Amino acid sequence: MSEVILEARGLERRFVTASPVFGEPTVVHAVSGVDLAVRQGETFAIVGESGCGKSTLARVLTRLIPASGGSVSYAGRDLSGLRPAEIRALRREVQFIFQDPFSSLNPRMTVGALIEEPLRTHKIGTKAERRARVAELLQRVGLPVQAATRYPHEFSGGQRQRIGIARALASGPKVVVGDEPVSALDVSIQAQVVNLLAELKEELGLTLVVIAHDLAVIRHMADRVAVMYLGEIVEQAPAHALFAAPRHPYTEALVWAIPLPDPGARRAQSRVAGELPNPTAPPSGCRFHPRCPYAIARCSAERPVLSAPDAEGRQVACHRAGELTLDGLASVQSARSDAARARFDLYRQAREAEATPD
Amino acid sequence: MSAAATDIATLPKRENRAWKKLRANPAALFGFVLVAFFIIIAVAAPILPIDSPIKTSWSAIRKAPSAAHWLGTDDIGRDILSRMIWGARASLLAGVISVAIAVALGVPLGVAAGYLRGWTDAAISRMTEALLAAPFLILAIALAAFLGPSLSNAMIAIGLSAMPVFIRLARAQTMDVLTEDYVESAHAVGVGPGALVWRYILPNIFPPILVQATLTIATAIIAEASLSFLGLGQQPPAPSWGSMLNVAKNFLDQAPWMALWPGLAIFLVVLGFNLVGDGLRDALDPRDI
Repeated sequence: MSEVILEARGLERRFVTASPVFGEPTVVHAVSGVDLAVRQGETFAIVGESGCGKSTLARVLTRLIPASGGSVSYAGRDLSGLRPAEIRALRREVQFIFQDPFSSLNPRMTVGALIEEPLRTHKIGTKAERRARVAELLQRVGLPVQAATRYPHEFSGGQRQRIGIARALASGPKVVVGDEPVSALDVSIQAQVVNLLAELKEELGLTLVVIAHDLAVIRHMADRVAVMYLGEIVEQAPAHALFAAPRHPYTEALVWAIPLPDPGARRAQSRVAGELPNPTAPPSGCRFHPRCPYAIARCSAERPVLSAPDAEGRQVACHRAGELTLDGLASVQSARSDAARARFDLYRQAREAEATPD
Repeated sequence: MSAAATDIATLPKRENRAWKKLRANPAALFGFVLVAFFIIIAVAAPILPIDSPIKTSWSAIRKAPSAAHWLGTDDIGRDILSRMIWGARASLLAGVISVAIAVALGVPLGVAAGYLRGWTDAAISRMTEALLAAPFLILAIALAAFLGPSLSNAMIAIGLSAMPVFIRLARAQTMDVLTEDYVESAHAVGVGPGALVWRYILPNIFPPILVQATLTIATAIIAEASLSFLGLGQQPPAPSWGSMLNVAKNFLDQAPWMALWPGLAIFLVVLGFNLVGDGLRDALDPRDI
């Protein structure tokens, strides 16, 4: 097992959303007590629904915003005590890809200047070398070299995200954190950008941390997955194991929501009811219990903690993890109902009859 | 694509699109011509075949426009055309230099307040509010009186009085830009404070400041007129449009041309600066094709 490059211990991030003159301020625990360890060279995914704190976690991990508690260490070095200049120096090695390619590129800089900026900032190479590197990066992400003299608004969403990727890779980082790097793009473009990221990761030996709410994307990219719910990690496991057989009811619900390219394989349904609870007043005990179909009395009273990793490296925070058997993608393989199977057989026969010349 | 084409330095320089867009904008071009016209006559004043602007003539008092005096004469027989041309110097300088002073001081202070926040912001903002508490013209008069009567002191006084508006505008715009995603992306790259201000904040707060500046040039020209009237601006007998207008208001019935020409000139210069400002704002925005 390769060594840990980015590690969080008991990471906390609180936001004060309202501080009245009298009374208690309203505090949102966007990230509460997160432990995770990203290993060198892997793709580590953090998934969860909107508002669960995953974007905040990504920013705290890269020190774009400071932590309220706990610690983050990169390559064994604690980031919390760093001075601003030291943090800027760290940016050479830890880079960030933003969710919205429309708002995350300075509209008044040319694409060439945007991609060159990390090199200029970290004083890498001479002017000519930097220009050559910009050209190389543009080509690598699939854009023409001529793009360097244009402005970001002249490009489509997918192209802009390629510009964002080229900018993130310019300084030769070791870790790249992507905050929903494809969720703002069209589905057809998403696949291209996901493949580009996967290729670049292999080619450059990057460690990728990808935040997403779309499990279909994660399933193709990730080596390991952490599932977040209301600021906590509820399950962490190798991707294939997590998708095949989830251990936390929330993971089951997420996996169950992945569309399968196999009509009739299962009924489209949601296994969780309701909305994400108000994060300023999280539920007692297990934060998922009000929406959990398997909740028992203990769940509302006692807060489960993430278990120690088992032989496979799986961790789960659920009181009933040992006793429940949850459905993953493994259990839906050709699980069509009899009626559905009969209907699909008829379709196939009809197609074959049509294809046969008289 | 061949390897040779990969050097960005060899790419053809794209033509200056800001200039091209400005040329394609008839209103901006008209404004540019207006401003250029007044600047040229102001600069060329010494070599133009005109009378001295301070030569009086008791035989030609308040004469209407004629072949001898194209724009007429004033209350002590001075040629108005000549005074208009020489007065353009004082008025344009008062407008442009005082606004330059206001922008040069106000924008850095506003950006500092908006970017650094905390005590810096509190100190700068309270000072700005104190300045804004006094009406613009009263403040300019007080400052000009304090500095002593002369055209350059009047420009400094007008510049300092116009500065608070630029502080407030730059501060608000800076705070707005700082919430943009692209500023976070600058942090993510490791861009330091100096480069952040230079490459991110200033270019993005520039358009509203430009518009405010062109509007303030108009106010400054009129303020110089008021200061001249009080004897705090251009010193008589040297002309400025403002001082001419102030004298002319006593003779509106007998010699309306005395007020017409300086009024028209101020109107045209202000219009010209506003049109150029609008055009520049559009031309310099790369998002606007």
